[in-house]
Amino acid sequence: MNLWLVLAGNSIAFGGLLFLLSAGFSLIFGLMRIPNLTHGSLFMLGAYFGTSLIAAGFSFWPAAIAAGIGVAILGGLIERLLLRRLPGAELAQVLVTLGLSFMIADLCLMGWGGDPIEIATPAALHGATFISSVGFPTYRLAVIAVAVIIAAGLWMLIDRTRLGAMIRAGVDDPAMARVVGIRVSRLFTIVFCLGAGLAGFAGVIGGPILSVYPGLDQDMLPLALVVVILGGSGSLVGSFVGSFVVGVLYNFGQAMLPELAYVVLFLPMLIVLVLRPQGLFGRAAF
Amino acid sequence: MRRLGLSLVLVVLAALPFWVANSYYVNIASQILLYAVFALGLNVLVGYAGLVSLGHAGLFGIAAYAGAIFINGGANHFIAILGALAATLLAAAVFAVLALRGTGLGFVMITVALGQIVWGVAYRWISITNGDNGVSIATRPRPFGLSLVTAPGFYWATLLVFLAAVTTVAIFVGSPFGASLRGTRDQPRRMNALGYHVWMIRFLAFLFSGLWSGVAGVLFLYYNQFVSPQVVALGASAEALLMVIAGGTGTLLGPVAGAVLVVIIKNVASAYIARWNLVLGAIFVVIVIFMPEGLVPGSVRLWRWTADRLRARMVEPGGARQKRGA
Repeated sequence: MNLWLVLAGNSIAFGGLLFLLSAGFSLIFGLMRIPNLTHGSLFMLGAYFGTSLIAAGFSFWPAAIAAGIGVAILGGLIERLLLRRLPGAELAQVLVTLGLSFMIADLCLMGWGGDPIEIATPAALHGATFISSVGFPTYRLAVIAVAVIIAAGLWMLIDRTRLGAMIRAGVDDPAMARVVGIRVSRLFTIVFCLGAGLAGFAGVIGGPILSVYPGLDQDMLPLALVVVILGGSGSLVGSFVGSFVVGVLYNFGQAMLPELAYVVLFLPMLIVLVLRPQGLFGRAAF
Repeated sequence: MRRLGLSLVLVVLAALPFWVANSYYVNIASQILLYAVFALGLNVLVGYAGLVSLGHAGLFGIAAYAGAIFINGGANHFIAILGALAATLLAAAVFAVLALRGTGLGFVMITVALGQIVWGVAYRWISITNGDNGVSIATRPRPFGLSLVTAPGFYWATLLVFLAAVTTVAIFVGSPFGASLRGTRDQPRRMNALGYHVWMIRFLAFLFSGLWSGVAGVLFLYYNQFVSPQVVALGASAEALLMVIAGGTGTLLGPVAGAVLVVIIKNVASAYIARWNLVLGAIFVVIVIFMPEGLVPGSVRLWRWTADRLRARMVEPGGARQKRGA
């Protein structure tokens, strides 16, 4: 009984982490029509930045935020300097993000070595919190809280602000949005920075759970892909629901069928693809 | 004349183990040919169908793993090869049914996901695939009593397969079916209106492409006598795509040129630097941004562009200034 509850708690915490990763991925895909294949690399890069900042004496949360900002700036540079050169050529843009992901992975290996680096759980969140006799790791509860706060913030941004209205317009019909005077290309940069920053931040937040190692990018990217295919691109609600579904599948799959965890993870995605190719919450994504 | 040139190339290729005595280089030539088969197969989809697959290493790997598992299960080489190709075709059919739910970027994303499933299975399903340690096989086949153990023997076998691949892809592309495939690439809606079954055409092209990827996978298995999850990683799919794009998509021999380039750079780069992935990524970015049509046509265009600029500057240095004034 306890095992199930702990697994469920872990699943929700992992889902929260996935939401931070895939919300940006989904917005970038929805707006720019690019499956940003550097997204896993940005997650890993954020985590490595975090380890260096923590080693330099920063405490955990400032390091996470600083790493997020650092990765956001890098994301902005990628968009401005490389993707901007290939307007309208989505396929070429995907290939550039793919090439970059290899370069980032190799540069991280050069910079931080091949050994996994642990990120220590912040001191205040050590230990377990008991909810009616079932103990959950406090840190994972904090991750859930952070994810929910950021989800709410993103929802406010997308649903309640002028910028959000412009982004929604760009997702729905970029040509029409341009006609009514929205600078869609500037939105591209903003959304790319935002998505990259969230991924970098998520990398540090995920550190105490996953640790940081070469190959982390390749582990996380497919998860973000599955979330977006499940939830539908450009939809925050879709990413939110998709993240928790994937979190549950991943954790229960690992525990019940460790050898086939990957199949368990991808099976629902395949079913959704066959029955509802635009994703659960998407509107004719591809 | 053309026939003469062709036979000359054939003679040079067939005689390669004699004029390249060193077996290390003969082995590199075998590698080039087997990756060329892979790239030729992938190009059917990327170049002629306009469907960019980033999961083809999955099919390549399924063939290699299936062959290894059949052989270690006691099957003879003939059965193992047939079984491996049947498994690949089956997997290609499943891949195609799922991936053809999307076109363009949807197709790319789904193939990435499918490739990652194959990777996950290869890596995690330890009781079948032996996980990270991979699967080894003890022997190479002896078709018609010819030994493939030596470097030249294996090279000739690979060359035969490669020629078969080039010929069938050339026939495929030149056939009416190939023309309809290019039609679905350029004008899918018009083809549909004309009464062509666009989905079926793409599906069959996917199977054909998958079959040659599988053949390359079997060659890979016999070449290395070993297969591990690295073979099916996203990086392997990207490498194959780089070959196709570098050489020029939608041309018959572009992927072959791409395979030559990538295999040589890979061997040279890994001899001098440990950072092959960095080089691969950088080449990818540079080619996509500066030479989207492929290395060979791309360098010709860049050269012409530079030459034109130089000539324009030399001929009328005042002309440009006047225009600016007006």
